[in-house]
Amino acid sequence: MGKGIAGLTALASATLLSGAAWASTTVGQPTPGGIGLQEAASPLKHDAHFFHDGILMPIITGITLLVLGLLIWVVVRYNKKANPTPAKWSHNTTIEVVWTLVPVLILAFIAVFSFRLLYAYNDIPDPDVTVKVTGYQWNWGYEYPEYGISEYISNILPEDEARAQGVPYLLAADEPMVVPVGQVVRLTVTASDVIHAVALPAFGLKTDAVPGRVNETWFRAERPGIYYGQCSELCGINHAYMPLQINVVTQAEFEQWVASRGGSMTYLADQAAEAAAAEAAAAQAAAAAAAAETAATTEAGTEAGAEAAAAEGETTTEPTASAPAAQ
Amino acid sequence: MATVQSAQAGHDDHHDHDHKPGFFTRWFLSTNHKDIGTLYLLFAIMAGIIGGLMSGLIRWELAEPGLQVFTPGSMLAQMGLFDMSDESRAKHAYNVVVTGHALVMIFFMVMPAMIGGFGNWFVPIMIGAPDMAFPRMNNISFWLLVAAWVLLLMSMFVDGGPGRGFGGGWTIYPPLSTSGHTGPAMDLAIFSLHVAGASSILGAINFITTIFNMRAPGMTLHRMPLFAWSILVTVFLLLLSLPVLAGAITMLLTDRNFGTSFFNPAGGGDPVMFQHLFWFFGHPEVYILILPGFGIISHIVSTFSRKPVFGYLAMAYAMVAIGFVGFIVWAHHMFTVGMNVDLRAYFTAATMVIAVPTGVKIFSWIATMWGGSIDFKTPMLWALGFIFLFTVGGVTGVVLANAGIDYSLHDTYYVVAHFHYVLSLGAVFAIFAGFYYWFEKMFGVRYNEFLGALHFWIMFVGVNLVFFPQHFLGLQGMPRRYVDYPEAYTLWNHVSSVGYVITMVGVAVFLVMLVEAAIRRRPGRANPWGEGATTLEWTLSSPPPFHQFNTPPVIKDDDHH
Repeated sequence: MGKGIAGLTALASATLLSGAAWASTTVGQPTPGGIGLQEAASPLKHDAHFFHDGILMPIITGITLLVLGLLIWVVVRYNKKANPTPAKWSHNTTIEVVWTLVPVLILAFIAVFSFRLLYAYNDIPDPDVTVKVTGYQWNWGYEYPEYGISEYISNILPEDEARAQGVPYLLAADEPMVVPVGQVVRLTVTASDVIHAVALPAFGLKTDAVPGRVNETWFRAERPGIYYGQCSELCGINHAYMPLQINVVTQAEFEQWVASRGGSMTYLADQAAEAAAAEAAAAQAAAAAAAAETAATTEAGTEAGAEAAAAEGETTTEPTASAPAAQ
Repeated sequence: MATVQSAQAGHDDHHDHDHKPGFFTRWFLSTNHKDIGTLYLLFAIMAGIIGGLMSGLIRWELAEPGLQVFTPGSMLAQMGLFDMSDESRAKHAYNVVVTGHALVMIFFMVMPAMIGGFGNWFVPIMIGAPDMAFPRMNNISFWLLVAAWVLLLMSMFVDGGPGRGFGGGWTIYPPLSTSGHTGPAMDLAIFSLHVAGASSILGAINFITTIFNMRAPGMTLHRMPLFAWSILVTVFLLLLSLPVLAGAITMLLTDRNFGTSFFNPAGGGDPVMFQHLFWFFGHPEVYILILPGFGIISHIVSTFSRKPVFGYLAMAYAMVAIGFVGFIVWAHHMFTVGMNVDLRAYFTAATMVIAVPTGVKIFSWIATMWGGSIDFKTPMLWALGFIFLFTVGGVTGVVLANAGIDYSLHDTYYVVAHFHYVLSLGAVFAIFAGFYYWFEKMFGVRYNEFLGALHFWIMFVGVNLVFFPQHFLGLQGMPRRYVDYPEAYTLWNHVSSVGYVITMVGVAVFLVMLVEAAIRRRPGRANPWGEGATTLEWTLSSPPPFHQFNTPPVIKDDDHH
């Protein structure tokens, strides 16, 4: 009991002290003593803020205060001292119709904004960057297929290192995901063992990482900075210890980072060019072979023809072999 | 148990004609709805204390950042109750406690208290019936629940895979509940749910049969008291939803043990399918937990306002509507799994619709009080607390219904705050309201009004302090089921834990109230509440005779609700 009272006093003083903290919030991570949504850092999250802070909160606060006011009124006006003789009525069709229809209208009003926000989330623009996110027990794998960056593992930054670096423990990771500012980043999310969930409060995102299924979500970070998220589906022992850290950087910094990771901004184009070059080389070789063929004996010619037929057979068997696997 | 027995013995002289059986036959082979109701209530109090202590471990751990309780060498580890031999086993023990808290509170506290306890006690009496339709099945329902309880306790102390017990949450999502927990703990948890489900289905059949066939002459459905209505709707939800859970967990069992792949993507199964099946049960389940409370609150508000329930038919059909819509909103628990966007829009809209019948109930309770002559006895305090706190929990439900906002709040403490406002502060307040309302009727002794009111006020402050700050944590993004959290979340977690201490003081007052009433044994009156109490239980003595209504009462007017 004494402890409880001491705690209460501590709470009161702490509440007063943290009043200052409410005014200024930290971007990309929770604010100590914060009481609202984490500050928005993407256009969608701004929409979510408008919907939550501007539409929902006033409505639900109003309804709660209305109910509280009515309760206080009946307690004051209709207690047995103030009203010794109770009324006997128990029906009033008009008021019943009102309190059925008015909530319907309020909900319809909410639904307009709700659907707008929901479909805005769902309309993924053409992505500039795609990151494949895979949840593991208990870390995240990030892969940038467009830049040839194969999957690397992002673990929680151990407590002593986090303290030494002055970054928030349980939020900071050793290898962050890095994305360019102002670009549409698409996350394709899956998991390899149990279900995890990618949560990025600053962007208003939450997407489950489900084994055997690929979910998509997206964001466009408005400002460079470090944005933290945490796994949000119970995934076992270290559920609280697999944070997501996203470093939003300028395009130039991003390109540097891609290069440092052994990737290339032109990876896909290079791949295509390489493939085309290889094809051209092959065609050239074939042409040379054909030229040689004309000069060779008929015996050698049939041999080359058989070889070509064998090669063709190989390529045609490939799709038929993979077809059952796809099914 | 001893006090109940001696209290009963004291009344034996006055009720010799009842021919009460001996102790063992009476309490272990019981076929009497009132005795079985009492057994359920005692069971619920026992489970509630254990579930409450579990939440204490959670709040103790979360009182400050870092690992204090669920870590090797802690005070809890030294008690040896949980296996905390290394750090990961200790963290697993936290998950086991979180899971156990939910399962205990849902299946072994709220449901037994509401349906098994008050339902058994008062549905037969309110409809003018001598007992339940199938008294022996009623006994089986209770003892199956005890068996389920034993299975759940066993589950907590055998190997789960990552450590002792199952730590995958009450939602038991695969693959965490299949490949993630290879030990027998999960199998025992599945059996526990199977047996608890069978118990509830038998109970549901019993209530439906009783209510449809054993109403006294003149007691039409539209004259039936609202508590009987609430139980009727509730047991239909049980009957329709529990078989789906039973099927889902059976598939989980065969996935685990017999190589099937219902939920295993590597074998063509789908983990999300389990979530659909689970929530098809799980959403009606949360209405199962609250609907009987609606019935109880209607009685109390009307009794202590000395005014009939406002809009009786609307109140009854609002519950039917809530029950029906409760079956078609399940996937609002799954907005983040990657469903089709139109489906998400549908589940958003359908979920918001529930606010309409719920609003009808809230406003009708206020209209019942309007013009009344309110007496603030303890049950009425709990009922008023219920109405306000359930409103708070209800409006945050409207917020969460919106998929676009749910992306920010799903699986955060906002959700924890929301469902504790409707369950811990809603359902539990309704249970306490009913307990005080019917205390004298059930046990034949009076409770102490001062202790009852003190219990209410301490608990009201305590639970609000526990759960209101959790809205802030959730808005700030703190995920649920976390054993540790970043330092920014310290303040409100600390407040929440302080609230828990206050709540426990309230619970202690409750226990003192029970002991005081048992010692003082002030004789109960047939109707302590006066003219406002119009239902049939108040026409009987307190406690009622061992068998009542051998000649059915005849209901002439429709005053009886």
